[in-house]
Amino acid sequence: MIKRTISEINVTSVFGMVAVFCFVTVFGIACLGASSQDGAKIIKISARRFEYSPQEITLKKGAPVVFQLTTEDRSHGFNIPSMNLRADVVPGKVTELKVTPQKAGKYDFFCDVFCGSGHEGMSGKITVTD
Amino acid sequence: MTMEIDRREFLKLAGMGGVVFLSGLGGQPALSFAGGKSKDFFFVQLSDSHWGFEGAKINPDAGGTLIKAVKEVNSLKQKPDFIVFTGDLTQTTDDTNVRKQRMKEFKQIVGELDTKVVHFMPGEHDASLDQGATYKDFFGETHYTFDHKGVHFITIDNVSDPTGSIGEAQLEWLKADLAKQKQDANIVVLTHRPLFDLYPQWDWATRDGSKAIDLLRPFQNVTVFYGHIHQENHHMTGHIAHHSAKSLMLPMPPAGSMPKRQPIPWNAAEPYKGMGFRNVLSQSRKDQYQLNEYPIKEDATV
Repeated sequence: MIKRTISEINVTSVFGMVAVFCFVTVFGIACLGASSQDGAKIIKISARRFEYSPQEITLKKGAPVVFQLTTEDRSHGFNIPSMNLRADVVPGKVTELKVTPQKAGKYDFFCDVFCGSGHEGMSGKITVTD
Repeated sequence: MTMEIDRREFLKLAGMGGVVFLSGLGGQPALSFAGGKSKDFFFVQLSDSHWGFEGAKINPDAGGTLIKAVKEVNSLKQKPDFIVFTGDLTQTTDDTNVRKQRMKEFKQIVGELDTKVVHFMPGEHDASLDQGATYKDFFGETHYTFDHKGVHFITIDNVSDPTGSIGEAQLEWLKADLAKQKQDANIVVLTHRPLFDLYPQWDWATRDGSKAIDLLRPFQNVTVFYGHIHQENHHMTGHIAHHSAKSLMLPMPPAGSMPKRQPIPWNAAEPYKGMGFRNVLSQSRKDQYQLNEYPIKEDATV
């Protein structure tokens, strides 16, 4: 069993608080609750060659959401033509896209920044329900 | 010497090898051609050979299809004035040495073409991962112009930027080049991706392609030949005709006809179906271009 001294615990706690502060600063308030300041639901999407995570997302019609996009490797794109929504997803940055789905249905999203031999298959699907 | 092409000879050419004859007279979009300024000539459009592709279910003759196409082009009775290759010469790879090897092999194969004037341009598979650096080492500039018998050809690079964009610098270059042309000039644009939004859901578009079309719109006689979508497509943006070419490696389905963008599997009963190349007749007397589509012949070998 490892025993920690009080000073060690304090250092750990301070470090932890700083880490949480930095995380909140970088990622917004997503880590504290899955909604933004204006009440929009936050959907985190991670991109890497040649897939998104998650690949399938379900949204509710009329409910605002914020897509928080990050990449694990290189630059990718995130394009939902049917929603007239797109963004570049670049390393080291969280890119946010806000949308309120207006119509139920299925919407494909895909990478539109060429990223290699599996680029053409890098896609996902959003289902908007009533 | 001016090559005047007899229409009967052209039709005879069009009838060889199971060719599908497409003519502007048949309702296909055709170039409105300013009469009296240009001389008749042929050129051949080859596209999307994806040299280095592997996938037996899609093309079990991946190492032979381009070679067969070279043989087919060499067998044309009426030799083309030149050949254009509208991108994706090679299959993409992360390995620079493999990319170089593929481009070297590709260059050796097309070096067997009887027609020695070949104008290349890159596709995203050739250029997007290194912004065209390796491509330039083998084939030169990615955007340029040339003139041939009264037609001004403009090659636009919409792939070296991995976002599938032309970019402001090249658009300025295009604007400056067009400023030197008369409004009734015969202009042919060669590019890889469609300049219009053919089907953005499958990335069949150029992000800033509308800016290029806006620059071209004031000119009365503009035709665009491109690749990327691995099938024939004929589309008009106003008076500008856009013609895509088949692939020399793998055919793709029509836009939106399948849930996902995937190549059409090989059909042993109809080998090479959906693959081929195009012969283009610039025909000033008929005020239009005529397009011949040629299949790949199974027995064609070099």
